[in-house]
Amino acid sequence: MRSYTIALAGNPNTGKSTLFNALTGLRQHTGNWAGKTVTSAEGFFEYDDASFRIVDLPGTYSLYSNSTDEEAARDYIIFENPDVTIVILDATSLERNLNLALQVLEMTNRVVVCINLMDEARRLGIKIDLKKMQEKLGVPTVAISARSKKGIDELLKQVMLVASGAVVPSPISITYSEEIEKKIAAIEPQVREMFGTHLPSRWIALRLLDDDESLLTSLKKWLQRDQNAASRKEVLQYGETACH
Amino acid sequence: MERPLATNAPSASALDQLLDKARSMSQGDAVRDGIVGDIYKITHEICDASVRYEDRAKLASTSRLDRILTSKLWGFPIMLAMLAVVFWLTIAGANVPSAMLADMFGFIEGYITMFFQAIHAPDWLHGLLVLGLYRGSAWVISVMLPPMAIFFPTFALLENFGYLPRVAFNMDRLFKRAGGHGKQALTMSMGFGCNAAAIMSTRIIESPRERMLAIVTNNFVPCNGRWPTLILLASLFMTVSVSGGLQSFATAGVVLAMVMFGIVVTFTVSWVLSKTLLRGVPTHYTLELPPYRRPQFWKTVLLASRDKSWSVLKRAVIVAAPAGVITWILGNVFVGGDSVLNHMAGFFDPFGQLLGMDGFIIMAFLLGLPANEIVLPILLMGYLSSGAMVDADGIDNIKEIFVNHGWTWLTALNMMLFSLLHYPCGTTLFNIYKETHSKKWTILSALIPLGIAIGVTFITAQLARAFGWV
Repeated sequence: MRSYTIALAGNPNTGKSTLFNALTGLRQHTGNWAGKTVTSAEGFFEYDDASFRIVDLPGTYSLYSNSTDEEAARDYIIFENPDVTIVILDATSLERNLNLALQVLEMTNRVVVCINLMDEARRLGIKIDLKKMQEKLGVPTVAISARSKKGIDELLKQVMLVASGAVVPSPISITYSEEIEKKIAAIEPQVREMFGTHLPSRWIALRLLDDDESLLTSLKKWLQRDQNAASRKEVLQYGETACH
Repeated sequence: MERPLATNAPSASALDQLLDKARSMSQGDAVRDGIVGDIYKITHEICDASVRYEDRAKLASTSRLDRILTSKLWGFPIMLAMLAVVFWLTIAGANVPSAMLADMFGFIEGYITMFFQAIHAPDWLHGLLVLGLYRGSAWVISVMLPPMAIFFPTFALLENFGYLPRVAFNMDRLFKRAGGHGKQALTMSMGFGCNAAAIMSTRIIESPRERMLAIVTNNFVPCNGRWPTLILLASLFMTVSVSGGLQSFATAGVVLAMVMFGIVVTFTVSWVLSKTLLRGVPTHYTLELPPYRRPQFWKTVLLASRDKSWSVLKRAVIVAAPAGVITWILGNVFVGGDSVLNHMAGFFDPFGQLLGMDGFIIMAFLLGLPANEIVLPILLMGYLSSGAMVDADGIDNIKEIFVNHGWTWLTALNMMLFSLLHYPCGTTLFNIYKETHSKKWTILSALIPLGIAIGVTFITAQLARAFGWV
């Protein structure tokens, strides 16, 4: 049986834990406030002859390492290489929520965007053109209501497609101002030399330009970890899945 | 195919050089502002193209309610009223089921005792298993289960409704003035449930300084291990002069006053620390006020009962049962004409009297370090095995036991204050060490509250005696 790892990322209080519970049948405590999940919970479920390990990351507004939970979420996506990262968005405040989605898309292309709280949005008269949104983002985009378990099946279908490599999303690429782009261009080749295709070089270059010291610490740790054979095997496995 | 990493492994120093290069390039520029600004531009474009709002007025429904719940004028009164209602529900609702449970356990105890007599079991075995183990556990269940079964689900309903962030919003200004972080209000609210869990939740606070403030002061809000102590003592001793139906209101008032006092201490300690050991200016942050959501009533109630009420009770019984056995043994092994327990209590008694309490209470707090839930059970078992044989098969009899041991309202008040302020439980201290990696701060998180607890109870005891109130 094939097995995949999924990470659940999203702003605080968008229903990550509710979705996590719906998928795994576990009963993580949920609450209506930002910051309820500070440690990553882990659960398992099966779908379509594959087994999934799912990690509920702490909810964060950004991945710019402002706090311990943001660092934890960032490190998981970058270094643990989940097969799919589901980014959960609150349908009632999409504009703010999309920030995090775009940040994740800079880090990895294996993303499924999942718009939650659709029932709430409908109540408030918010109409979302899913097709257009997917077109813009460049990754599979689904709409669900985790609380009433609506749309979960479509979500899993898309997750499966991305996890198995049947769909290789090509996400929107963010072009920054000319000045920042020039600086990225000056740094990125060196980053790529160091990490090859193992880590997203453009994103790392951007973080270095933003003087992200905590990322540097994590990168050093990752290098050290890479020196033992066990984890290199893990990296090679990722290489295999990426080559599908 | 990818290039294997090992052939061209980058070194840590190369990384440092790269960061230096990046730094020198972005010198003086607001790179972060540029990045964030560009990302916002794109999210705005995406939303413009794919999201349509039919009725913008509907979006404002949440803010209408917020204008009241977080208003400068009404925010605090509503908050206090909500808290008072939760306490009142807990106290008024728990009385009858508590008495019924106690009666039931007393009834069963009669049969168990008959069984022991029928098989001619030795007295010490009956004492150990029935008077120690069984009574200890039965007591914990009948006194703690009903209030917890009401308090936690009610609190969870408020939480799922979305009220907690509003509490944080209201308290934000006060915490800022005390030198702390506004999110400290959230971690403080978590402390009402469990301090050990609240220590973990301080991870949402970005700055290490403000996080430490939140950790050190978290102990000053009563956790579920301490609620029963506060509620029981308040209803037994503090409101005797209030008659009939009003009594549960008065008890709720006393408990509310205790909580308020704990919050005042939280602010004071935060303020003192931020001026001394943890100097600094509070950082800015954004606090999201989520939309109000109608909680899924039964799911919330059942989940809270299972996760909170049941697990706390389990913990209490698991710790209290062996504690009951040990206390019974200590109370029935005699050295030099007096039980070991009495010797120990005698040793702590002068100190206890100084603080308006007695040696048994101090000992119960010491033995209760692993879990606050067991302080009261240990105390009661200590009293029961120390000669004054009163049957504790009803809530009313509990007061008789206390009074027989010289309790006054001052004893109750100071035990409540000590319980509210003293060191956090063992699990919490362990979590503090895990989260801070600092022996110094772990020890300080125990000593600062302990010092305050001793100081406050000493002052109240001396004042009450000086003015001849007791």
